[in-house]
Amino acid sequence: MQLLGIIISLLGGGVLALMTGHRSPVASRWLSLASLLVASMFYTSLWLDSTHSLSTSLWTMHTDWPWIERFGIHLLLATDGLSLVLIGLTLVLGYVALLSAWHEINHRCGLFYLNFLFTLAGVVGVFSALDLFLFFVFWEVMLVPMFLIIAIWGHENRRFAATKFFIYTQASSLLMLAAMVGLVLLNQQQTGLWSFSWFTLTQTDTSGSMGMWLMLGFYVAFLVKLPGLPVHNWLPDAHTQAPTPGSILLAGILLKTGAYGLLRFVWPLFPDAALAFAPIAMGLGVLSVLYAAKLAFAQNDLKRLIAYTSISHMGFVSLGIFAWNHLSLQGTVMQMVGHGLSSAGLFAIAGLLQQRLHTRALDQMGGLWALMPKLATLSMVFALATLGLPGLANFIGEFMILLGVFQIEPWAASLAALAMILAPVYALVIMQKGFFGMAVGDKTKALDLNARELLMLGLLVVSLVLLGFWPNLIFTVTAAPVDSLMHLGKGG
Amino acid sequence: MHQLWLIPGLPLVGFFLLVLGHGRFTRSLARLIGVGSIAIAALITLWVALDFYSPGAAQTYQVELWPWLTAGELEVSFGLYLDGLSLSMLFVVTGVGSLIHWYASGYMWQDPDYQRFFAYMNLFVAAMLMLVLADNLVLLFLGWEGVGVCSFLLIGFWYQDPANGYAARKAFIVTRVGDTAFAIGLFLLYRELGTLDLPSIMVLAPEKFVVGANQPTLIATLLLAGAVGKSAQLPLHIWLPDAMAGPTPVSALIHAATMVTAGVYLIARTHGVFLQAPDVLLAVAFIGLFTLLISGFTALNQTDIKRVLAYSTMSQIGYMFFALGVGAWSESIFHLMTHALFKALLFMTAGSIILALHHEQDIRLMGGLRRQLPVPFWCFVIGSACLVALPPTSGFFSKEAILNASWQLPVYGPWFWAGGVLGAFITAIYSFRLLFLVFFGAEKVQPHEPKGWQFHPPLIILATLSLVAGWFVLPTGDVLPSSPAGHPPMWTIVVAIGLPLLGIGIAYQVYVRHKWQGLRLAHWQRLRQFWFQGFGFDGLYRRLFLTPFTSLAQVNRNDIIDGLPTLLIQLSRFLHRLFSQLQNGQLRAYIATLASAAIIILALAISTVGK
Repeated sequence: MQLLGIIISLLGGGVLALMTGHRSPVASRWLSLASLLVASMFYTSLWLDSTHSLSTSLWTMHTDWPWIERFGIHLLLATDGLSLVLIGLTLVLGYVALLSAWHEINHRCGLFYLNFLFTLAGVVGVFSALDLFLFFVFWEVMLVPMFLIIAIWGHENRRFAATKFFIYTQASSLLMLAAMVGLVLLNQQQTGLWSFSWFTLTQTDTSGSMGMWLMLGFYVAFLVKLPGLPVHNWLPDAHTQAPTPGSILLAGILLKTGAYGLLRFVWPLFPDAALAFAPIAMGLGVLSVLYAAKLAFAQNDLKRLIAYTSISHMGFVSLGIFAWNHLSLQGTVMQMVGHGLSSAGLFAIAGLLQQRLHTRALDQMGGLWALMPKLATLSMVFALATLGLPGLANFIGEFMILLGVFQIEPWAASLAALAMILAPVYALVIMQKGFFGMAVGDKTKALDLNARELLMLGLLVVSLVLLGFWPNLIFTVTAAPVDSLMHLGKGG
Repeated sequence: MHQLWLIPGLPLVGFFLLVLGHGRFTRSLARLIGVGSIAIAALITLWVALDFYSPGAAQTYQVELWPWLTAGELEVSFGLYLDGLSLSMLFVVTGVGSLIHWYASGYMWQDPDYQRFFAYMNLFVAAMLMLVLADNLVLLFLGWEGVGVCSFLLIGFWYQDPANGYAARKAFIVTRVGDTAFAIGLFLLYRELGTLDLPSIMVLAPEKFVVGANQPTLIATLLLAGAVGKSAQLPLHIWLPDAMAGPTPVSALIHAATMVTAGVYLIARTHGVFLQAPDVLLAVAFIGLFTLLISGFTALNQTDIKRVLAYSTMSQIGYMFFALGVGAWSESIFHLMTHALFKALLFMTAGSIILALHHEQDIRLMGGLRRQLPVPFWCFVIGSACLVALPPTSGFFSKEAILNASWQLPVYGPWFWAGGVLGAFITAIYSFRLLFLVFFGAEKVQPHEPKGWQFHPPLIILATLSLVAGWFVLPTGDVLPSSPAGHPPMWTIVVAIGLPLLGIGIAYQVYVRHKWQGLRLAHWQRLRQFWFQGFGFDGLYRRLFLTPFTSLAQVNRNDIIDGLPTLLIQLSRFLHRLFSQLQNGQLRAYIATLASAAIIILALAISTVGK
């Protein structure tokens, strides 16, 4: 029941925030914080229960209530270690995004927090829905509020960016819906039963050419979300135009739903098709890694630069998932968490700088170290995390992905490893143009971090360091789920 | 030996204290933490060494602090490993490190970012100690990257000048090229041997690899590429001269005594793999030889005191690579140790001169300083004598051992030896050119020598050590393979001692007595220019890599793939305009369209029915 508690407290908090928002924006903020806290309490209890029984049971079943009986659709919510880790990431980044919204979002607060908490609830649902139809519902639940966050509270070009985001994701999720129905029909033909349950559908024989087409339907939807080359173009616009909390949610969590989909659905449902398609997917992954890194280097808009680094890092995820061995999958999980934390940090910093300097252009910055030593130091940590410095979580992810991929496709791993050279090229450009050198123009009014901002960034830095030195905190939880996914993915 | 974890632990604690107490500590407290943590680590190293040398003690000690990475078959511990080789490195890092910290606490005293400086320095030492003590290659890589980042932070320490930032990024990115190869080497090693644990690799490599086969050759090549980047050897050497943009104690600690020798340590540490790849070992020797000659020639006409020392560092590390390549493993580490002592001494003396001259580094503006700066003068003389390998300084013992070993090498031996001796000859000329230009001749400036307990004592201690270190015995004998037996003919030793003396004589004639001016490079401008620019590597790389990459990035700044959705938008707009023109509200147009459509349909219908 704890999972339902998380989702309901987030949804309920959102409704309450909307109702109070008109009268008191402050109250809507605190209500959102309270609902996050309640959700975290439920989560802690869930974590304790699940890790306690880690060795005995893979899944924690939460609900399995009939919904649309005619088609075998259930309200089926269940969590394994993988879901658990990603829901944890969602809640942590929820706090970070909330803290970044605290002073940045000043109009229509109630509506904002409604959308904010509904997005979180949608993501939690995505990570725990094991009925494909329910998964699709949550997929849409997180999409629409995110669209509104960009369109209403975004920056100068928000309408265009929001529309682009919506069309890309909506068109691709339509493909997924079609593929989903196709899979259910296939299963119905084989067994005579209607079911949308993941547990049932993983038993479906999807070895034919039909399986390949259905797999591609899912793959494209998740690749758009990830995003990977060549369907990544919504992301730079959406990230740049979204308000800071929006960017944090997008980069930190929403991209991970794409990776999660590849892990949870594409391989286990279509093992043969995925295996046959793996070389192409890995090739696209390598291309994403290198191409986006090169693009990031050339950007002058700080948020756009960070957006391209996300594409580069998600290329590693693509690579790791399609190598499909234990090392690369564990690395993928770590990469998702590490990237979530580090990109959230970078976007938070871009937001803080924009508040203070009223610009995102790197050539308008410079010399900020002397003015804001704390902000500069923390930016350095996130830049180092992004470039994969050992001792921070991202290194563990990239290293294990490459180590795993190398065992199968040495060339793909070696090419992707070139990102180790390109990453410092773009990450250090941020530091050089933003913080080193002499100050440009009058920035004497720029203030260093206050306590709230320090808390927000400190939370991320501590998590990054903790996971960099004790990655087993996550690996012990995800080892069994990863093995079971691998087992399913190797079937057929 | 159970205190081992404290050695990297203390500097790390120092780092955290200095970072978290940012802006709250007084300078004296920052100094106490910054210098104290390294000094105590040095004392603990001595304590550990006493354990190590005590009779009956184990010659290796391995401890797992906690399991770091556990995934499937992969098990990487966060563990330390101590043997004779890592103990030797510990001496260098903590010993020389604490003397340099001591000196730096005075050198940087006026700097507004005193605390930040020591935070970086402590982090550097912690990372360097992890590199040296790591019991597996992943942890070694952690230290390896850690020292790289600290090098970046310290080269760009004075961040206000964009040139420093550029030098810092250049250093980081160029070494990252090597690091990437190193990482790929690890992936390959794991695939072949199934472990990254160093003691296991030493056992498994000789068992599983055939000498000269593809896998060990490829792995050793990749590891060598990493070593070459970190140790500023050809062809990844271009970053080191620019790295001199950092404060002088940084140059002494990172870019002379410790970090740049990490490549030598890596090759020595993984010698089990390198021994299975004789071709790569030969390449190590050649790289060392070319580097030592090219950087020697480049050092001959540099005008910045620190750049001369930087090229000489590259050259001396070239000797260490050369030694590894010819099979003189222990001698290489021995030279690493003596070089750390005398090069730290030279850099710190140079630092004193630079401070005395108010941050002037151009040797053409110096001269006659020996009377005004007696202590730095004598320290510099001692350091130069070691660098030139004059007997009986420590440099003589270490370099002589390397040259002797190179003579023993089959086939190429005498050629290698000749190259090494030629290098020693050039070393003598450029070091004494530097010495004579700075300390002899007419007095051109009035120096204000920094004095006090932070300046002279560390210099004098290092000078003493540099003189006597030739008699030290490092405990590397049990770890590393022994060098080729036998003695070269007597005349080789005479030549090896005589040529440097000749070099000093030439430098004396040219730069003190102003004779033999025909020998000055000023007469061969093009050659001078070519050598001055370090044989044109910078320009070559700029044209080969930098310009293509940046121009490609600029051209495709807006992402050509974004053209696809834009094209789609334009297409639908075009169609929209096209069809909206039909809907123009004019009745006659609608009637005309209707009528013509009806005619066409009728015509089609009749023609199909007719058949």
